[in-house]
Formats: sequence, structure tokens, C-alpha cells
Amino acid sequence: MSIKKLGSQTIRFENPPSIIGTASIVGPKEGQGQFKDYYDLILSDNIYAESSWEKAEKKILKEAIEIAIKNADLTTPKIDYLIAGDLLNQIISAGFAARELEIPFLGIYGACSTLAEGVTLGSIIVDGGFAENLVAAVSSHFCTAERQFRFPLELGNQRSPTSQWTVTGAGAMVLSSKQQNPRVTLATTGKVIDMGESDSNNMGAAMAPAAIDTIIRHFQDTGKTPDDYDLIVTGDLGSLGKEITEELLKQKGYNISNKYADCGVLIYYPEQDVHAGGSGCACSAVVTCGYIFKEMLKGQYNKVLLIATGALLSTTSSQQGETIPCIAHAISLENL
Amino acid sequence: MDVINAFIVGGLICVIGQILMDATKLTPAHVLVFFVTSGAVLSGIGLYQPLVDIGKAGATIPLTGFGHNLVTGVIQDVDEYGLLGVFTGGLRAAAGGITAAIVFGYLMAVIFNPKPK
Amino acid sequence: MSAFTKEQKDYQKLVKQKRPKPPMLKNIIAAFAVGGTICAIGQVILNFFVSRGMTPEQAGAPTSIIMIFLGALLTGLGVYDKIGKFAGAGSVVPITGFANSIVSPAMEFKREGYVFGVAAKMFVIAGPVLVYGINSATIIGLIYYLIKL
Repeated sequence: MSIKKLGSQTIRFENPPSIIGTASIVGPKEGQGQFKDYYDLILSDNIYAESSWEKAEKKILKEAIEIAIKNADLTTPKIDYLIAGDLLNQIISAGFAARELEIPFLGIYGACSTLAEGVTLGSIIVDGGFAENLVAAVSSHFCTAERQFRFPLELGNQRSPTSQWTVTGAGAMVLSSKQQNPRVTLATTGKVIDMGESDSNNMGAAMAPAAIDTIIRHFQDTGKTPDDYDLIVTGDLGSLGKEITEELLKQKGYNISNKYADCGVLIYYPEQDVHAGGSGCACSAVVTCGYIFKEMLKGQYNKVLLIATGALLSTTSSQQGETIPCIAHAISLENL
Repeated sequence: MDVINAFIVGGLICVIGQILMDATKLTPAHVLVFFVTSGAVLSGIGLYQPLVDIGKAGATIPLTGFGHNLVTGVIQDVDEYGLLGVFTGGLRAAAGGITAAIVFGYLMAVIFNPKPK
Repeated sequence: MSAFTKEQKDYQKLVKQKRPKPPMLKNIIAAFAVGGTICAIGQVILNFFVSRGMTPEQAGAPTSIIMIFLGALLTGLGVYDKIGKFAGAGSVVPITGFANSIVSPAMEFKREGYVFGVAAKMFVIAGPVLVYGINSATIIGLIYYLIKL
């Protein structure tokens, strides 16, 4: 029996890793949202002086990693691992960013849940004493995701009311064995859940059951209740997914309404015409690395439960009529 | 008068497409395929020509008109050349449109770049 | 996953009941107005060719060519997707929408080269349209030929 494991899916870090620096970079549309003052850099356009959107995405990911390292008062050689991922086939943004960074690299894919996956793995590595400092980072880009998963930008189609807008941005977090706040204290790793939703324009509803499962599992494993947190925040369920999550959790006896938020709902103003809200790896990442981290430093929040959600589909699986398997990972961020 | 008829008939054909897209999960690509095929079938059973007589461009500009155009060409060529016409008529009739689509499509794609949203 | 469990079915029912519906009436009016307008413009162009001495049948081809040109140009200028966002099927169904479906992927995949990018992607949507259009016309032609025998 592992001494660090709680219940069936949660681990408690014995030496909770510290988040000693973060960085968030966003595109112009995200820069008009309510968290504009929390980002390290807001791009003036989506191409960022590169010759393709893929190159632009790689560049913002690389820069977010560099800024996070700088914000942590470290230099690249002090970083033991880079754990990164993105949405593109073969996670090229992460791989290509790592090509230029010279940090030992572990590439991961968890769709939009990737940051939480990276932080979970990173915390295990740091807590286990295998590294002093490492970076967990992710990126997504509206234009690269749209052409891979949906339609060409200039195609004259209408977006479904439940569709979500992929966030252009990158978030990076430096985890360290140093003793300072905020810390990563608990991690609940989700199971893949599929409730049979097949509409790839309705990711929020597809992912909500995964979020619900992981949240309940987290409370059961740890014995905590919603009252133990100041903020419970899901990654990118959007307005419909958030509504479903809140309602079904209430039915199962967990009332989180007064402290529950969703990064996808928060990141844009409703009048920005994003339908159900934001999505993409960067959605939960820039909100966490920007707003949540900075508010935790100020002591505005002391106990935050982040549940990042991801839809593990591909265009191939969609075209073959498969339903959408989804995942959610929870991490507790606390000021001790 | 022609213009008003075209407006009404064309508008109604588009409304059918809109209902299809909103009520089902059909993508624009599916709708276009459905329309060209329906146009061909309706034309084959003689129902599309009356619509063209009333709506003129209102019936020929929607993609159903493209299906109708292909079928009309095939039937003309079958009348003239027999079995060979089955293979030559469609593209002969639609040659202008298809060539324009390829030439202008290529040209515009080379000249312009998509605008970031 | 072909057979859903009761839990999955219940959940799908809940989603169906909660999901916001597209604004159907507004969409239909927009599709009618824009689709109708595009066809009316086509009619004006057709009438022009007829006034220059063509028969209405002859005027069809040059009208299509001009409409395709306009659809392709507006796509290149970044205007057609804005029309489409408002008009839905109103700008998808007319032949200008066919041109849009050719230019938009071709333009976007330019960075993948002129063979596998531009030229191949031109037909992502247009290809199926041509395939099903030509095949159905051929079948109908064959039936017509057999009936005539």
C-alpha cells in the first residue's frame, strides 16, 4: 500500500511542491477578457510575426516557458524537466518548443486537461525527489486547432450555440522543491468517462461527466467537502457544461454553487461572441497561471481545486462516428 | 419581375438548407452534397425544370441548379450521341462553372491569405 | 459503443433538454433574405447577358462563372465567412458558397505547399460535391438511355 495514496485515485504530496513562478501569454481576443491585467503578455495579432500559425503557437509556448523560468528567478540549466503538451497532432508545439530550449523533455497529451496532467506528473517527480525544479507548460491556438479539428477559417459556416472558442495562448508553471506558497498538495487523476455524447461541437456536455466523476472521487478520497475550498474551478466546460456539472453534483449531494467557476466561462466576456465559452489547453492554463496564481500570491484565494477537463477525440474518431471519451484531473493548490 | 421570382425561389431553396443544418447535425459539406444530388434527381424525374421556368436564376444559382445542369447536359448528349452521351453530357454542360471554380479558386487562394479571427 | 447503458441514455436526454437551440426563425429569415439576394443578383447578371442577345440557356454559363468569381473573391477578401455567419445556408447553398468551399481550405493550407496544400485542399468539400453530382447525373443519364431504347 502506497503511503502517499488516498482512496482509489488521489495522492497527497508529502513535500508539496511549490509553484515558484508562472507565465501566461494570450492572443488579442483573450486580451480583451476580464483577466487582461493578469497575463504576462498579450499578443497584438495571432501570427506573432511568424510565417505560420503553428510556428506562432510554438513561439508563444517557448516564450511562456522562458518567462516562467525568469519569473521563478531561475535559468534554463536549473530546470530538470520540461513536461509539456498541446492539441496539435504529435504535439508539435511542445516538441518544437523543446527543440529550442535544451531542457529534458517529457511530452504529454491530455487534450485540454494537459496542464493538470503535467502538474500532477511534475509534482510526483518533485515530491519524489527526482527533480528540484521543473516546468509544466501547455499551449493552444485558435487558428491551428480550428484547421485541425473543424473548418477552414474563411468557410462561411455558422457555429453551433454549444460550440466553444479555442483559446490562443500558452501557460507555464515552475514547480520546485523550495518551501514557499502556493503549493500543489493533492492530485486526483481521473478515469476516462464517456457518456455517449458524439457532437464535437458540444464538448462541454461531453466533458461534464468526467469532471463530476473526478470531483466526487476527490471528495470521497480525501474526506474533504466543498467547504474546504475557496474556489472550485473547472477547465473548459463552458456555459452548458458548467450548468450540467453544478446541477448533477447538487443531485449527488455536493453543493458547490457559491464557489464554483469555469475557466472557459470566465476567460471571455459573453459579448465576445464565443458561444458557450473558451476551450483548449491554454484555457485553464492561462487562467490558472495568470489570475488564480496571482490571486493566491495576494492571499485572495488560499485553497483552490482546479479540475481541468479534456476531450480525447480526434477528427478520425469523430468521422468514424465514435462518441467522445473525456478525462478530468483535479489538483489542489493551497497556501500552507 | 424575374428578379423578384429569383429572390423568392432562391430564398426558399436556401431556407430548406437552413432547416436541414439547424435540425440535424449536417455540416455545410453534407448540405452541398445533398443539394447537388437532389437537384440531379429532381431534374431526372422532370420536377426541376418547372422550378427553373418560374425562378430562373433563383433555381439555377443554388447548388441544386448545378445538379440540374449536369443532368440536362447528360440528357441532351444521350439524345444526340446515345450511350456515349451518358459520359460526356454532364461535364460538357457544367464545364464553364467547374473551370471557373478551379481557376478562380486557385487564383484567389494564391493571392489572399486567411484573416486571423 | 453501440448500446448505451441507462445512465448514458439518461445523461443524453438531460443534455438534449438543456442544450440551447439555434435561433431557428432568425436563421431562416437570414437564409431566405441573403440566399434570395444572391439569386436576385444572379438574375440581374443573367438578364444582362440576355439583353446582349444570348438566349436564357446560353446566359446560364457566364452567369455561373461570374457568381463563382464573386464568391471566390469575397472569400479571399475575408468577407464571405462574415456573410456566412449571418446567413447560414443562405450563403452556403448558392454557387458562391461552392466557390467559398474551394477557396477557404485552399488558402488556409498554402503553407503546406502548392501541391498537397492548395491544390489538394481545394477539393476537400468541392470534391464530394463533384463526385456525387457527376455520379448521380450519370446514373440518371443511363436510366434515361435505357428507357429510350
